Amino acid sequence: MIMSTALVSIRNVVKHFDISGGLLEQLRFSGGRPTLKRTVVHALNDVSLDVQQGETLAVVGESGCGKSTLARAVVCLHQLSSGEIHYRDQRIDHLPPARLLPFRTKLQMIFQDPYASLNPRMTVQRILEEPLRLHHRAMTPAQIAERVAAVMEQVGVRASWARQYPHEFSGGQRQRISIARALIVDPECIVADEPISALDVSIQAQILNLMMDLQESRALTYLFISHDLNVVRRIATRVAVMYLGSLCELATARQLFESPRHPYTQALLSAIPALGRGRRGRIRLSGELSTPIDLPRGCVFHPRCPHAYEPCRVDTPAPQTLDTGTVVACHAVRDGRI
Amino acid sequence: MTSMTPPSAAAPLLEVQHLEVSFPTKTKTLVAVRDVSFTLHRGERLGLVGESGAGKSITGFSILKLISRPGRISNGSILFEGRDLVPLSEQEMRPLRGDRISMIFQDPMMTLNPVLTIGTQMIETLLAHRRLSRREARDQAIETLRAVHIPSPEKRMDQYPHQFSGGMRQRIVIAIALLTRPSLIIADEPTTALDVTIQAEILDLLLELAEHEGMGLLLITHDLAVVSQVTDRVAVMYAGRIVEIGPTEQVVHAPQHPYTQGLLAALPQTHAGEPGTGRLAQIHGIMPSLYNTPPGCAFHPRCPVRIHACSETVPALRPCSQTGTLAACHLVE
Repeated sequence: MIMSTALVSIRNVVKHFDISGGLLEQLRFSGGRPTLKRTVVHALNDVSLDVQQGETLAVVGESGCGKSTLARAVVCLHQLSSGEIHYRDQRIDHLPPARLLPFRTKLQMIFQDPYASLNPRMTVQRILEEPLRLHHRAMTPAQIAERVAAVMEQVGVRASWARQYPHEFSGGQRQRISIARALIVDPECIVADEPISALDVSIQAQILNLMMDLQESRALTYLFISHDLNVVRRIATRVAVMYLGSLCELATARQLFESPRHPYTQALLSAIPALGRGRRGRIRLSGELSTPIDLPRGCVFHPRCPHAYEPCRVDTPAPQTLDTGTVVACHAVRDGRI
Repeated sequence: MTSMTPPSAAAPLLEVQHLEVSFPTKTKTLVAVRDVSFTLHRGERLGLVGESGAGKSITGFSILKLISRPGRISNGSILFEGRDLVPLSEQEMRPLRGDRISMIFQDPMMTLNPVLTIGTQMIETLLAHRRLSRREARDQAIETLRAVHIPSPEKRMDQYPHQFSGGMRQRIVIAIALLTRPSLIIADEPTTALDVTIQAEILDLLLELAEHEGMGLLLITHDLAVVSQVTDRVAVMYAGRIVEIGPTEQVVHAPQHPYTQGLLAALPQTHAGEPGTGRLAQIHGIMPSLYNTPPGCAFHPRCPVRIHACSETVPALRPCSQTGTLAACHLVE
């Protein structure tokens, strides 16, 4: 697959959340003196990624690694602490809501929980009409109804069910409706945040297949956030691995699964429960998962890394591109130790 | 994994026979579990797999008789160490729960009391079941924490649940379940809320403890991969019934029931080869709700190989001649 144009470009994005709370919650006493202490969650630390047109870029990592924050940052649901988001070479992260509107039709999002992301008091018809009313004011009611019916058929929900409410549908059907809502404005890129995690196995396969079909028929680009490496292996063109708000490794799906380079990627892959395989040959990680509030100095992974040595405790490793095209941020890989 | 198969002569630790659990509603009585039978021997690990609504958790809860009213066990027997639990009163159940039979739940944060230290919760559990001094209980608690690999347990005893990470909390829940040296542990989705590297650690721990302590483990999960790594035998449930049961190796590698086959085929890891190519096998439709379970085999509306009989009679579990597993399907020979 040859691709050259970056559709979405994530550049040096940093996102911190201040969770200090009110004045009293910040108050600390050190040496008898009152001081104010701020508590900051470092959700994303200098993450750069390009999403190429037509690909499925998967972002994987464990809870708290910042993958969902990244998804939300891309669709401008978060104000960035620093860094930029570009869409087709236009910077969009600093735009006021009104000027962002045209980009919203190009860049849509699907959320994890189809029970929480659909308004329970709206019929499916209204849920699907709303984006059209907002983005395409010139459309006539007849055109809107026609588009709604067409998209419902496309995601495999009978158009005759449009007058029903979300609670009347199963989890899988609801996720189909969420996908329909994203598709209705004809986007180019869909950011999907764990779109199948809340679903049963047999339904997961249905939704994944639907997403692959839609990608083909509509030439969609996906930014696919997931913690499930087995799923990612099926669907992704390229994979980005994150740990505690930093990018560890970025490679084609094939490279990543066949020859992972970053020690964290290696540990993550070896922990995937496989069908019928014995529980041997797993890389055991020692140490506690650090929190994004107290980030370790140097490489964020070093407290759990079996290969950590001096520089890892001091310097943050910069991402570097290897001969294979894999981008990896690791001192030990850079120095040829692993 | 077959090395742990217990001698067949030993009386089973747990024998569930024709279990039926029903929930009366205003209009209709819903039967969540129908005619479920299985045995679990000492030191054996049995998996109970199914999708949401299959009845696997209800089955687990009914062994401890934790079905909340108006739900009730409407038929069948649950023989634990030879004694039927179904007719027992609440008072008679209490010494068994958390003592001979322990349960581990999905979410450790919901299981632990947030305002009590880990030590208090562990000591209380022990004192509720054993005549011990506080000192002895504390020592035993520390020892159990060590057994589940909590570093510096003496210090950790005085901490609160929020001071532990998710994986550590689940270890503590497991430690509490182990305190009384139960002969049966029921683990309901014990790793579902955890990250994959932490999940691997907890599974290792459960496996190690089951082998060490010779407990029976009933592992309830939706995850076939997890089951295939931890259990000796597995029962697959669909719409309240066991549709297939047998040695895990056999069920995973040579599934007999079309539902098991579909479920395994739908797993993304089943598809080897080049990443990102081809579609996944899928089972069409969804599991029927308890309100209108189809007649005959509940799976027949979704089944790719159904025949006329499937919509008329409920197939019984029958041994499959090739693999020795039991499958409830008219087509299995």
